[in-house]
Amino acid sequence: MNKSKQQGMSIIVQTVARWTKGYIFLFGVYLTFYGHLTPGGGFSGGVVIAVTFVLLTLAFGKERALSKLGKVLASVLDCSGALLFLLIAALGILFGGAFFANFIEKRFPSANFRLFSAGNLPLCNISIAIKVGASLFMIFIILAVRRVVEINGKRKLISTEFFETPEKGKSR
Amino acid sequence: MVEFLIGVFIFFMIIAAIIALETSDLLSAIISVGAIGVAASICFLLVGAPDIAITQMVVEVLSLVILIRATIRHDLTAINGDREFFGLTITIALLFAFFLFGFKAFASLAEFGVPAMSRFFDAPSNTYINSGFKETGASNIVTSIILDYRGFDTLGEVTVLFTAIWGALAIMRVYSRKKRKNRDKHE
Repeated sequence: MNKSKQQGMSIIVQTVARWTKGYIFLFGVYLTFYGHLTPGGGFSGGVVIAVTFVLLTLAFGKERALSKLGKVLASVLDCSGALLFLLIAALGILFGGAFFANFIEKRFPSANFRLFSAGNLPLCNISIAIKVGASLFMIFIILAVRRVVEINGKRKLISTEFFETPEKGKSR
Repeated sequence: MVEFLIGVFIFFMIIAAIIALETSDLLSAIISVGAIGVAASICFLLVGAPDIAITQMVVEVLSLVILIRATIRHDLTAINGDREFFGLTITIALLFAFFLFGFKAFASLAEFGVPAMSRFFDAPSNTYINSGFKETGASNIVTSIILDYRGFDTLGEVTVLFTAIWGALAIMRVYSRKKRKNRDKHE
């Protein structure tokens, strides 16, 4: 393989990343789904999910990670996670009588220590995990992969294809 | 024993913070900041807060990666300039006053391991511990507090994160919206 074309880090890092990325992602999902039973929760689970994509970006280069979670999908997930959390809170007014009322638990009291228990707390955890995961991956892309540099008063984009590069396609 | 271990970790954190401030190499400073985060995570674990420990550890890893990738390539590694004598004196005096105040304040607190609010019968922490599991059905009390009793806090946290990220996205773009429209018209 041509050395200048090779993306990402050495083959050791790539092999280890290929083996561990699924388990790291699964750990993030576990932290999210069992957040109301064991230590963890939506925020830490979402950060672990974001770290999976950061690992993909560092090991295999940005194209591999961005083909899985691109700009449009990340921003849609970011907004929908925040809106879902707000929606769950607002549904409490409709069914429970107060903002953030735990209406599912009140209507259908569940067995304790089960995965499907505690009403809408797991739903809140999942929405927060989606929101935090997508937005932290976006902040990684903005700050670390993408670079806007000012040269002679002109802003230029360096070393990324995350957002569309205007010079290539449209100017001709 | 726990108290002694936490004291050792706090001493380690203070040394790492001083190194992070005083070193002239950016990479060493970032690694020192990471050491502070790891020690803080272990402290949380020793006190008995695994939720915060997990979050602290994971966020520390992510922020360290972002800091290294965002700062190392820029040529900002040289930090120079001397400390002023007057400012240093005032800093030390203020630190000494703060230390005395903290010593007095800690002497009036309850014993280590006993929550400060638990001596009142109807304190919020007692309510959470006694009836949190019954009212929300979540066996993790921390989740029942942050998503049920204190849901507004979590909503505010989500709003802050959302606003910060979209603000960063708006600042770091290449072309403003007006310019892009003008460019499209010319073509």
